[in-house]
Amino acid sequence: MQTKLSVRRQDPESQQPGSRMQEYTIEVPEHYTVLDALIKVREEVDPSLAIRCSCRAAICGSCAVRVNGRARLACNTKLTNVTPEDGVVVVEPAGNQPVVKDLVVDLGVFWSKIRAVAPYLQPEGPEPEEEYIAPNESMLLLTEVMGCIMCGACVSDCTALEVDSNFLGPAALAKAFRFTEDPRDGADADRLHNLNEYGGVWDCTRCMMCVEVCPKGVAPMDRIMALRERVMDAGMTNTVGYRHVAAFAESVEHAGWLDETMLAVKSWGMFNVPKLIAALPIGLRALKRGKLPMPAPFHKKRPGHENVARIFKRLEGKK
Amino acid sequence: MVDHDVLVVGAGLAGMRAAIAAHRTGANVALLSKVHPVRSHSNAAQGGINAALRGTDDSVDSHIYDTVKGSDYLGDQDAIEIMCQEAPAEIIALEHMGVVFNRDEEGRLGTRNFGGASYARTFFVADITGQAILHVMYEQIIKTGVRSYEEWFVTDLIMEDGVCKGVVAMEMLTGKLQSITAKATIIAAGGLGRVFEPSTNALICTGDGMALAYRAGASLMDMEMVQYHPTTLKGNGVLLTEAARGEGAYLLNAKGERFMEHYAPKMKELASRDVVSRAEQTEINEGRGEDGCVFLDLRHLGKELIHTKLSYIAEVAKDFVDVDLAEKPVPIRPGQHYIMGGIKTDIDGRTWDATGGDRWAGIPGLYAAGETACVSVHGGNRLGANSLLETVVFGKRSGEAAAAYAKDISDFSVTSSYLSDAEAHLKGLMDRPDNGDKTAALRMEMGEVMNQHLAVFRNEEGMQSALVKIKELKERYKQLPVGHSGKVYNTALLFHLELGNMLDLAETIAVGALGRKESRGAHSRQDIPERIDAEWMKHTVVTPKDGSPALSYMPVTVTRWEPQERVY
Repeated sequence: MQTKLSVRRQDPESQQPGSRMQEYTIEVPEHYTVLDALIKVREEVDPSLAIRCSCRAAICGSCAVRVNGRARLACNTKLTNVTPEDGVVVVEPAGNQPVVKDLVVDLGVFWSKIRAVAPYLQPEGPEPEEEYIAPNESMLLLTEVMGCIMCGACVSDCTALEVDSNFLGPAALAKAFRFTEDPRDGADADRLHNLNEYGGVWDCTRCMMCVEVCPKGVAPMDRIMALRERVMDAGMTNTVGYRHVAAFAESVEHAGWLDETMLAVKSWGMFNVPKLIAALPIGLRALKRGKLPMPAPFHKKRPGHENVARIFKRLEGKK
Repeated sequence: MVDHDVLVVGAGLAGMRAAIAAHRTGANVALLSKVHPVRSHSNAAQGGINAALRGTDDSVDSHIYDTVKGSDYLGDQDAIEIMCQEAPAEIIALEHMGVVFNRDEEGRLGTRNFGGASYARTFFVADITGQAILHVMYEQIIKTGVRSYEEWFVTDLIMEDGVCKGVVAMEMLTGKLQSITAKATIIAAGGLGRVFEPSTNALICTGDGMALAYRAGASLMDMEMVQYHPTTLKGNGVLLTEAARGEGAYLLNAKGERFMEHYAPKMKELASRDVVSRAEQTEINEGRGEDGCVFLDLRHLGKELIHTKLSYIAEVAKDFVDVDLAEKPVPIRPGQHYIMGGIKTDIDGRTWDATGGDRWAGIPGLYAAGETACVSVHGGNRLGANSLLETVVFGKRSGEAAAAYAKDISDFSVTSSYLSDAEAHLKGLMDRPDNGDKTAALRMEMGEVMNQHLAVFRNEEGMQSALVKIKELKERYKQLPVGHSGKVYNTALLFHLELGNMLDLAETIAVGALGRKESRGAHSRQDIPERIDAEWMKHTVVTPKDGSPALSYMPVTVTRWEPQERVY
């Protein structure tokens, strides 16, 4: 079949700054992946095209790129699955990272964030003579996260990183989870303390992009949410994030639905006047258009709120 | 001034294990790899790592015997003994580093069955054992803080007075060449699968380390011993782990028969890889295959087991051939997977004869470990899950030995013009005029001829024609243009240099294979089907002489196990 690739090219050695799209039309077999096609271009049409790739089997993590605007591994993405109606498959470098050349991005910051979570086992006390005894379930849970191949697809499409480069990001936080959940690790207190800081677990916006684009089912956002629980369970409550969670739950438990105005007030704090004044115009506009329920004390309980409260009780009981 | 006491070239499991071991002695250590360490091909080891750690009947002796038998008696038994004896401690060391090994009901390390093994002694992390260990090893590298040159490609070894004093390497991000000096250099740069097309190996497996050492004068050993894995996917040749059969999967021919019953009545699907690959190829050649393939059948294992223990290959089968392993048998065939041969070393990774003898040519200051090396523990055929074991055992030993060697060197200087020579060489390559020839075309021609004539079955005529072809390709390589002259991340230049390495190695494989006039392990000649112990219980040694490979032979070390007929 014929395939058309539109590839974002960028050459730091070129006189022209910035990037441009270059279109390649090649003949390929049906079963070809995006990577197969890019390699064919590189081998037969344009040897200057740069991309990292190695295993061709979704295990080395080299070839994360954006295909039609979404981060994927080029090697396990079949062309037939991503060719749109106009027939042009758009391939661009992974996002949120500086481009070195064409589809090769600089992973320096990516790795510095991995290093920032102290990504190595820190056991407590002396090592046992034989192996650590650990339940298989905990090893299977960790195996899910060890499935991370550090391809950076999650980082590429993370919407929080897009606006806040200080955020540790989904890959590093999933790596952190791998240690906080490891029964052999003894550094939880330090780890959780660091994860509770600015740039840590509370900076995720829960947009789900990392879960969607992860080619290995690591589900970084779910791990970040689990880390939030761990941080709160460890008694670290002096964060906007914690107050947000607490106020959220309190409002729903009490009235059966969310009082968004009080949620903002309680999360940021009653006396955080600049922040609250800054949010006022948005709040008023939303209120005017009926997108915000009336705030307390006018916030009405929903019919059946007792049932919601019962659900809360039951869940609390389970804990 | 010297940059490092120990420089490790290659950052897969053997390389990182060597770096950690050397670092622990207090040496100034650096790692260097043409890819980021976690991209290394150790990732692709799926099934597990062997050790006779405990068990009611299993023993280190049994592990040794299985390995010796698996090697078709070509493995050096002293080296095999060391590997199997040190295996249990290395498993525990990996567990302490943080590897999330599968556990049994009591929370202790659990095992699975594997090919050619008398007992279940394979420790594993689902079917991503290599990846899980590799990433943990890199965690340890981060912890040590050793210098890591990532995406640097070695163009030359720095050789003075026959001694290795480091490397000249190119930084991919800038195209800059730099000399990195070291008192001891360990090559742990992996295998050469891409010499064959297709191969299960990653695109980076181009045998660079072996070629560097060989051109510098080191000996390569048993290069004719190339393993074809029995279960590689139809089409792109991606690996489906032996753990599938370890967990109970069947091999079926097109008629639906479990044909291994005829070839290995006792072990069936779990016979040695060379035996299973030959059986499959025979079925295919005799018309009982389908479209050049036979089938791997996991249906009876059930969804649950596939999901928890074989999820990666389920994903691979789904992605690449659209087969649900729980529903349908998947088409597979033997495919190039591993090379038992490599840079000849002793049991401490030395590439030279430290006894002061001259049993093999070698290079003081140069060490090798992992698939790059040939100790030899695999002989004519490697057992599944012994490769990860080899990387950590001999990675550690070579790291410690290299650090000790470096400690004794007080006087170190480099006077030669290696850097400017390398710069001039690269400039010469880049300046070549376009003659229409392409790197990819040459590589494909090489790979196909190797896969045709140096595969599961071989014969004199085929191997001769392959050698002629390789020599022709080597001539064309002398004029081959690079195709792109940029400095930043110039992969065209990288592939050109890799092809040069692969062509040198392809020649050593063909020469070694033509020399061995018997069938043993993975070297199976249709024209001489017998194993001839009286004459061929010896290693093939290839050394460069006036630009061509010269053959010699070395005795196999036999400690306790005299050769017997090999029945599975």
